[in-house]
Amino acid sequence: MDFGRVFQQALPMLLDGLWLTVRVSLISIVIGMVIGLFMCLMKMSKNVVLRAIAGVYIWIIRGTPMLVQALMVFFGLPQLVQMTINPDFRLDAFTAGIITLSLNAGAYLAEIYRGGIMAVPKGQSEAARSLGLSQAQTMLKVVLPQAIKFSIPSLVNQFIITIKDTSILSVIGMAEVVNKAKTYVGSTYVYFATYAVVALMYLLVISILMLVSSYIEKKLKYEARKGKRRRDEH
Amino acid sequence: MTNINRSNKKVVVTNLHKYFDKNEVLTGIDATIYEGEVVCVIGPSGSGKSTFLRCLNKLEDATSGKIEIDSFDITDKKVNINKVRENIGMVFQQFNLFQNMTVIKNIMMAPVSLKKMTKTEAYAKGMELLARVGLADKADSFPGELSGGQQQRVAIARALAMNPDIMLFDEPTSALDPEMVGEVLDVMKELAAEGMTMIVVTHEMGFAREVSDRVLFMADGVICEEGTPDQVFGNPQNERTQDFLRKVL
Repeated sequence: MDFGRVFQQALPMLLDGLWLTVRVSLISIVIGMVIGLFMCLMKMSKNVVLRAIAGVYIWIIRGTPMLVQALMVFFGLPQLVQMTINPDFRLDAFTAGIITLSLNAGAYLAEIYRGGIMAVPKGQSEAARSLGLSQAQTMLKVVLPQAIKFSIPSLVNQFIITIKDTSILSVIGMAEVVNKAKTYVGSTYVYFATYAVVALMYLLVISILMLVSSYIEKKLKYEARKGKRRRDEH
Repeated sequence: MTNINRSNKKVVVTNLHKYFDKNEVLTGIDATIYEGEVVCVIGPSGSGKSTFLRCLNKLEDATSGKIEIDSFDITDKKVNINKVRENIGMVFQQFNLFQNMTVIKNIMMAPVSLKKMTKTEAYAKGMELLARVGLADKADSFPGELSGGQQQRVAIARALAMNPDIMLFDEPTSALDPEMVGEVLDVMKELAAEGMTMIVVTHEMGFAREVSDRVLFMADGVICEEGTPDQVFGNPQNERTQDFLRKVL
């Protein structure tokens, strides 16, 4: 079934692509988490302008396919800049890919954080405010640490989606693993074995992420249980 | 009875009104609370007791009227409410200990964050307060590991760590199992005896009778009757008060 052939001929280039996939995912997740946090806080702020900016951003990202977003960032926006501001403006696929993926993850992460923040009982922030802490201090020291904990399962889910969405970036010519595979099958026609290897690579990366996250979740649960048991002993 | 300093008004409330949407829950409250005074607020549920208390540290915004804390008008937007709150401790019905911190961190957090104390000072103060409420051995426990009564005692210690000169209690024993009510009330009694200015919304009539200098009876968003515990419990004048006391005593 040509697996031997794929391993011999294509494995180095596929691993090369996989490494890019992992790098782009990690960078985008980190940037996306920061964007998401700011957008979430903006969407929950009392300021109408901030709320509107975050609302429109989340609305556009969630309301359009990532494929279209990628094409827009890589082809559309540079053209607009060339026509209006700087005729020499260029954006490489790597940068455009990270911009697309971060903006995309940011919108979903903003909503995930917001869910987490709303799950923190109101009494927690009331207690902090009653001691004299400002709204920002209350958020930073009391609400967010608890909100993140509530959000972990949804955060992991979004990380998985972001890793898989890197494959969409093959359309703008980013040389990630799917792009490399397409190049290889284009000249050899070894479809099944090549794409099976690609699928296994994704499965492997995502399984590692899932293992890490279930370890973290179990640890948190264990601590909660330990707490409860100690209380029962009183 | 405690030492009341009649020359120092800690809280002055003038014609306080509070609406939730179109629903008027406080319909014109006037009250003055002096330094060192222990005031219990009693009355049927829905009478606005908790809302009144929460207006005093601006957890609820007054719709109209004036609230002066140590002569700072907190209904004035120019007054920095965070500064005023540093001097008003609050204890909640649901304890509201920070779930993400140990007991000692709960107590140290505000004084350290607000730069009132160094970490070392806050730790020493925290341990001293925990010893005072009988929970020094729980310093490194998380709130979820404590009973309700223990959590509420920690909550009192947390409020005291800021060295407030007014303490607000919002039904502090209402969420507790009956056998834990006493331990919390004991801590409050001690505090009252030390001369803390206290405003206590409570259903514990025994506590109100024994500890307070003055009792306010609220119904339908107003103070219907006020006086010493002997007056209010022994010889209530207002019909609503008589009716309420008949039901709860």
